[in-house]
Amino acid sequence: MAECHPVGFQWVMEAKKRGAKVIHIDPRFTRTSALADQHVPIRVGSDIAFLGGVVRYILENEKDFREYVVAYTNAATILREDFVDTEDLDGLFSGYDPETASYDGQSWQYAGHDQDASPNTEDEQDAGSHGSGHELGGRGATLEHSVVQRDETLQHPRCVYQVLKRHYARYTPEVVEQVCGIPKEQFLEVCEAVTANSGRERTTCWVYSVGWTHHSTGVQYIRGSAIIQLLLGNMGRPGGGILALRGHASIQGSTDIPTLFNLLPGYLPMPMAGEHDSFADYVGTISRPGMKGFWTGAEAYTVSLLKAWYGDAAQPENDFCFDLLPKLTGDHGTYRTVLDQIDGTVEGYFLVGQNPAVGSAQAKLQRRGLANLKWLVVRDVNLIESATFWKDAPEIATGELVTEDIATEVFFLPAATHVEKAGSFTQTQRMVQWRHKAVEPPDDARSDLEFFYQLGKRLRERLAGSTDPKDRMLLDLTWDYRVDEHGEPDPVSVLEEINGRFLTGERAGDQLPGFTSMKADGSTSGGCWIYTGINKDGVNQAARRKPGGEQDWVANEWGWAWPMDRRTLYNRASADPEGKPWSERKAYVWWDQTMNDGAGQWTGHDVPDFELTKPPSYRPPEGAGGPEGLAGDDPFIMQADGKGWLYAPSGLLDGPMPAHYEPHESPVRNPLYHQQANPTRQVIRREDNLSNPSAGDDGAHVFPYVFTTYRLTEHHTAGGMSRWVPYLAELQPEMFCEVSPELAQERGLVNLGFATIVTSRTAIEARVLVTDRVTPLTVDGRVVHQIGLPYHWGVGNEAHVSGDSANDLLGLALDPNVHIQESKVGSCDIQPGRRPTGPALLRYVEEYRARAGVTVHTGNTQLTAPDDGPGEGT
Amino acid sequence: MGLRDVFLGWPVVKQLTGNDPLGRGLAAQSDRSAALRPRTATADRVVQSVCPYCAVGCGQRVFVKDEKVIQIEGDPDSPVSRGRLCPKGSASEQFVNGPRRITTVRYRRAHGTEWEDLPLERAMDMIVDRVLETRERTWQTEFEGKRVNRTLGFASLGGATLDNEENYLIKKLFTALGAIQVENQARI
Amino acid sequence: MSNSLYGPLDPAPDAGWRDEQPRKGFFTDTSICIGCKACEVACKEWNAVPEDGLLMLGSSYDNSGSLGASTWRHVKFIEQGGGSSATDVLNRTADSALVGDRTALGTDMDALELRAPVDLGMPTAQLPGAGGDGARAEFRWLMESDVCKHCTHAACLDVCPTGSLFRTEFGTVVVQDDICNGCGYCVPACPFGVIDRRIGEKGVTKNEGIAQKCTLCYDRIGDGLEPACSKACPTKSIQYGDVDQLRLAAQERVDVLHAQGVHDARLYGESTHDGIGGLGAFFLLLDEPEVYGLPPDPVVTTRDLPVMWRKAALAAATMLAGAVAAFVGAGS
Repeated sequence: MAECHPVGFQWVMEAKKRGAKVIHIDPRFTRTSALADQHVPIRVGSDIAFLGGVVRYILENEKDFREYVVAYTNAATILREDFVDTEDLDGLFSGYDPETASYDGQSWQYAGHDQDASPNTEDEQDAGSHGSGHELGGRGATLEHSVVQRDETLQHPRCVYQVLKRHYARYTPEVVEQVCGIPKEQFLEVCEAVTANSGRERTTCWVYSVGWTHHSTGVQYIRGSAIIQLLLGNMGRPGGGILALRGHASIQGSTDIPTLFNLLPGYLPMPMAGEHDSFADYVGTISRPGMKGFWTGAEAYTVSLLKAWYGDAAQPENDFCFDLLPKLTGDHGTYRTVLDQIDGTVEGYFLVGQNPAVGSAQAKLQRRGLANLKWLVVRDVNLIESATFWKDAPEIATGELVTEDIATEVFFLPAATHVEKAGSFTQTQRMVQWRHKAVEPPDDARSDLEFFYQLGKRLRERLAGSTDPKDRMLLDLTWDYRVDEHGEPDPVSVLEEINGRFLTGERAGDQLPGFTSMKADGSTSGGCWIYTGINKDGVNQAARRKPGGEQDWVANEWGWAWPMDRRTLYNRASADPEGKPWSERKAYVWWDQTMNDGAGQWTGHDVPDFELTKPPSYRPPEGAGGPEGLAGDDPFIMQADGKGWLYAPSGLLDGPMPAHYEPHESPVRNPLYHQQANPTRQVIRREDNLSNPSAGDDGAHVFPYVFTTYRLTEHHTAGGMSRWVPYLAELQPEMFCEVSPELAQERGLVNLGFATIVTSRTAIEARVLVTDRVTPLTVDGRVVHQIGLPYHWGVGNEAHVSGDSANDLLGLALDPNVHIQESKVGSCDIQPGRRPTGPALLRYVEEYRARAGVTVHTGNTQLTAPDDGPGEGT
Repeated sequence: MGLRDVFLGWPVVKQLTGNDPLGRGLAAQSDRSAALRPRTATADRVVQSVCPYCAVGCGQRVFVKDEKVIQIEGDPDSPVSRGRLCPKGSASEQFVNGPRRITTVRYRRAHGTEWEDLPLERAMDMIVDRVLETRERTWQTEFEGKRVNRTLGFASLGGATLDNEENYLIKKLFTALGAIQVENQARI
Repeated sequence: MSNSLYGPLDPAPDAGWRDEQPRKGFFTDTSICIGCKACEVACKEWNAVPEDGLLMLGSSYDNSGSLGASTWRHVKFIEQGGGSSATDVLNRTADSALVGDRTALGTDMDALELRAPVDLGMPTAQLPGAGGDGARAEFRWLMESDVCKHCTHAACLDVCPTGSLFRTEFGTVVVQDDICNGCGYCVPACPFGVIDRRIGEKGVTKNEGIAQKCTLCYDRIGDGLEPACSKACPTKSIQYGDVDQLRLAAQERVDVLHAQGVHDARLYGESTHDGIGGLGAFFLLLDEPEVYGLPPDPVVTTRDLPVMWRKAALAAATMLAGAVAAFVGAGS
C-alpha cells in the first residue's frame, strides 16, 4: 500500500499511531513492510492455503463472532446431500466434467425447504447456467430456493458452518508452513492478532490489490478473505471490511459504468445468445420469483437503461428495444480479442489511454495482434509503444516483424489530460469525485468524451435514412447532449442521463432521487442504476467539496459514493440484530426508535445501507420476495437470501469455497491435493502461448524459479504516464530484477550487473538488484527462490526511459470467472549477463523449450486428480 | 530610481549602514530576492481536480495563469488526501506540460516507415469510413444458429483513467454499433 | 557578534533582520518515512530543478545518489541487518557507479566478495521469515529524506564572496542565483556536502554553473505557504514550521518511540550546542547518524575563522608596520 497508494497509506500510519497493529503479507519486503509491525513473506500463489489456515484457526478455536455469524451469514443454512467437497475428491468439488473442464454447480446449492436434496425439479436443471461467469455479470447470484433450511445451533452436519470446518480441517499451521513457506509460529502470530482484534469492540480490515486478483484462482482469493471477515464479524462495520486498492484513477468507475464486454452499466449482464433471447428471459435470469433483495429490481433498472439509450423508440411493445442489443456467445474479453486479432477476425482496434504492447500479459502476443490489424486508433497523451510498435517493437529486432510488411494503418490522436476536461473519477472506495476543467487541451488534443461524441455524431450522419435493420440501433440512439460554444459535449449532460429522469407525470424531466424511484413501465430513464442520485435535485453531488476539516470523520459531504451515497456497504451489520451498535466504540449505523414520530428509523454517521424505516423486528410475510422479503436483520441486502455468504451456493465457476491450487506454472507440487492447479482455469493451447512444465512434469527443472511482477512507487503501470515524465523516469530509470543474495550466489548474479530471465515465451534482460528484501522460502522441504520484476518498462524510442518488459515473460492462463490473467506468478530461469539480441534471442528461447520438452500441451491439462493419473500429461 | 536609491541599495552601503555588518543577511538580499513571490500567488484561477494516477483519488489544486497550468499541488480540503500527493501526483504538472507530449495527429499508412501529419477533421472522417466498412463486412446477424446482431470486426480497449461519462458514451456507442468487444484495464 | 560564527544563536536577527519572524525549518521524522520520493519530485516541480541523470545506482531504491545542485531533497534507503553482506556489496557498487565507474559490473562474484562476505561487525540478524522461532527478524529498511540543514552557523554563507548566499528573515540559508558567480567556495565549506554547482549545458540548462541547493522554498514561505516537499509528504515525515515548535514536537516523538521500545530513536541536529549551533532542518533517526551517511559530530567549517582572522589581522598589521617602518626608515 505504501508502494502504490502512498497517500492512502497515511491513514494506516494514523491507525498505527493510535495503536493498530499493521501486518504485511507479501512475497517481498516492500516499503509497506518497512513500516509494518510484522512482515510475513509468503510464496507467490499460495494465499488460499494461508487464508484457509486462518479460517481453520478461527473455527477450531471457536474464535468466530458467533452472534454475528448466526444472524448475518449463511453459516446455519443447510446444503444439499449430494454436495461433495475437495477433501473427498482430492481437489475437485462435485459436478466436475473433464470434457469441458467445468463444473455443473447444481449440487452446490442450498437444500430446498421441502424437497431436501432431491434434484428433481425442472428449476434445478438450469441452476448451473445461472452461475456462469461472464453471463453473470457482477450481480448477486440467484438461488434456487427462496426458503431455505437453517440450523442455528450450527450442528447439522450439512450446515455451511460444519461444511466449512471440514473443508479447512487440513489447513493446519503445519500445512501453511509447508505450502506458503511461512514458519508456523509466524503464521499463528497473525491468526492471534487478527482474531484478538475482532469482535464487538474491535474490527480488522484486510487490504488487497492485484496481488490477489492476478491469479488463475483470483476470485477465490478474495472469497477467502470474505469468509474470514464474515466469521469475525468485520463486514459492514467501521474499521472492517475488505478494501480493494485499485490501481487507476477510475478503474472502479470503469467497472461500474463498464467498458467491459460482459457488463451493462450497474453490473447488469450483457445478454447471451440462446439464453437471453427475450427480455423476459433476460430479466428472469437476474431476478427469480421469490428471490430476496434489491436485485429483484433488475427489470426496472434495465428498462430505465434502455429508455436512457433509446428514448422514445424504447416502448413496452418492443421490449424497450431489448432486441437491438448485440448478444454474446462466450468469452469476448481482451485476451480473446488479441488472439482474434492474430487470427484475423478482429481488424480494427481503439486503444484509449491503454498501452497493451507493454502493459498486458503476453505482451508479445499483443504486439503481434496490433501488427495484424487493418486499422488502429490510439488515443493517448504520449506516443506509447502500442502506437510505435511498427517501427520499434522487440519483434522488429528479432526479425519476426518487418516494418514494411506490417499493414496496420495507425491513427494517433492526442488526448486531453485530466485537467483539460471536466468529468468524474470513481476512486477505490466507490466515491465519485468531479474534476473541473482548468484549461483547454492544446492543438489537436481532445477529450475522449468529445472524440466518441463526434464519432457517434458522424456515424449517425453517414447512416441517416438507412433502412438496414442493423443501423436501427445507432439511429434510434439518444445522442443529443448539450454542447458548448465549440460544439463539445457538456459532461454534466451525460451525468444527467446516467442519473436518470422521471419521464412522465408531475415530475417529468426531473432527475431521479435514487434507484428505488426506477420503474419497469418505461416512465423513468437512467443510464446506470447504481449511480442514480449522483445528480439528485439537479445538483452534481460528485462535485461537493465541503472541506474535510469541517466535517466528521465519514465526510459525507465530499463527493458522492454509490449506491445512494453510502460510504460503507452493508452497514446495517454495524448494529446487532436488535439494531443497537455492537459496541459504543464501533457505533456506525443504528435503529433509533424515537425518530420518525416514534415509529423509528435507521440513523448514524453514514447513510444507512438499509430500508430507512424497516424495523429490526420486521419479518417478511411468507413467500415475500424482493426488498420486502428481507427481514429487519438481513443486512446483506443485495444477496438473494440477505445473508453474507461463507459458502457460495452459486455464482462461481470454480467452487463454492476456496481450495488451494498451485499456479498454472509452479515448480512446487500441490501438497494438499493431487489436483495440481485450478481444474477450471482457462488455458489457451497455442504454439504462440506455451507454458513451462510444472512440478511433476519432465523438464520442470529447466524453469526452477518463481517470478512475480509488480509496480514501484515511482512509476505507473506500463509507463505511459510516468516514463515520459523526466522527474519520475530519473527516479527509476532502468528495468531491474530483485533477487536474494542466496539466489545471486547460486546463479552468479552481480548487483547492478545484468541478468537474463527466460520463460517458454521469451527472454528479457534486467539490471540486478541483490537484496535481503527478497527471501528464499522453504516450501515442502525445499528452497524456493522468488524473483521480483517491476513491469513499467517497454522497448521503444519515444519515452524518456525504456527497457525490456516483464509482461513479455508471461503466458496466458486465466481465471475462469472473470478471465483475468495469472500475471502475478510464473516460473522461469535466470542467468547472469545480457540476453542475446536479434534472431539469436529466438534461438536462445527455443533451446530452453527444447530442453524442457515444451509443447502446446505442456501444463495445459486441467484435470490432474487421481483418476487421471498422478502427473500432468505433456 | 534616483541616484541616492541606487547607492543605498548597494550591498556594501547596506552592510555598513544597517544591522548586518557581516553582510550575510538583510544587507545581502538582492532586489529580486526581496520581490520574490510564489508563482501561485499570481495565478488567474485555481481549479479543483483529482489526481489521474492511482485510485486513492487525491484532491488536486490546479493553478492557471494565461491559460497555462503553472502548478498542480494537493488540495488540503480533501478528506481523502489532506493536501498530500505522492511522487506521481506531484509530477502531474510535468505530465500535463511534458516536453515529450504529442499534441497533433500522427498517421502511419499501411506498410509505412514514418509518421505523417494529418488534419484532425480528416482523421475523424477516415476513422468513420473504416468503422463503417469493417462493420458492414463483418456483421453477424446470427452465430451458430442464434440471433446475435453484432460485429466482431473491431474492438476497443480503454485505460482506467477514463471518466465515467467517457466510459458511458463508449459503451453506449459501441453497443449501438453492435461491437461487443469493449474492454478496459479493469480486466487487466 | 561573539556567537556569529559558533555556538547557539538566533541567526536571522544576527544577520540584520529586525522584523520578528520565528525561525523556520524542517523536522524530518524518518520513523514514518515510506521512501516514496514525493518530496524529491514536489521540490523539483516547484523549483524547476532539472532532471539529474538517468543512471540506475543499484543502491536499494535510491537512484538519486546524493544531494546536489539538481537534487535538493534526497531519499536514502538503507537495507540493514540482513543475513548476508548484500547491503554492503550493494553500497560499494553503488559508490563506484555513482562516480561513473561501472567497469566492475558483470565481473565474477569473487571480485565483489559476495562468496566470502567480510564481517564488518554489523549486527547480524535473521532474514525475514528465516528460521522457525517465530520471532520478528531484525531486518530493517530505513528511509530518510535528506535536505539542506539550514545551519545556524552556515559555512557556505560565511565563505560566499559575492553575497549570493544569504540568511533570510526566516533564518534560512538561500542562494541568490542572480548574484552567484559560480566560484564554488561554498561547495567544500559545507560539512554535509549539500551544496554544489549545477553541471549542464551552457545556455540550455537553467542556472548552469551556479551553486544550488534547497531554499526552504523561500518564495513560498514568504507568502505563508509551506515548502513543496513537506506539503506533499504523504505521511508527514517531513514537517515544516517554527524551529522552536518543531524541536518540541521532535522531543515528544522521541519520547513516544522510546516508550514503545524503539530505543534507537534519536534526534540529530536539534541541539543548539552542537558544532553548528543547531540545524534549521533536523532529523529523527533510528540508528547512528553514520548509518544514514550523516557526520556524527558536524562542526561548522568556519568555526575557527575569527581566530584565523585575528591572526591574519595581526600578521597584516605586523606587515603593515614593517612596511611603514621601511618607508619611514627609507625616508629618513
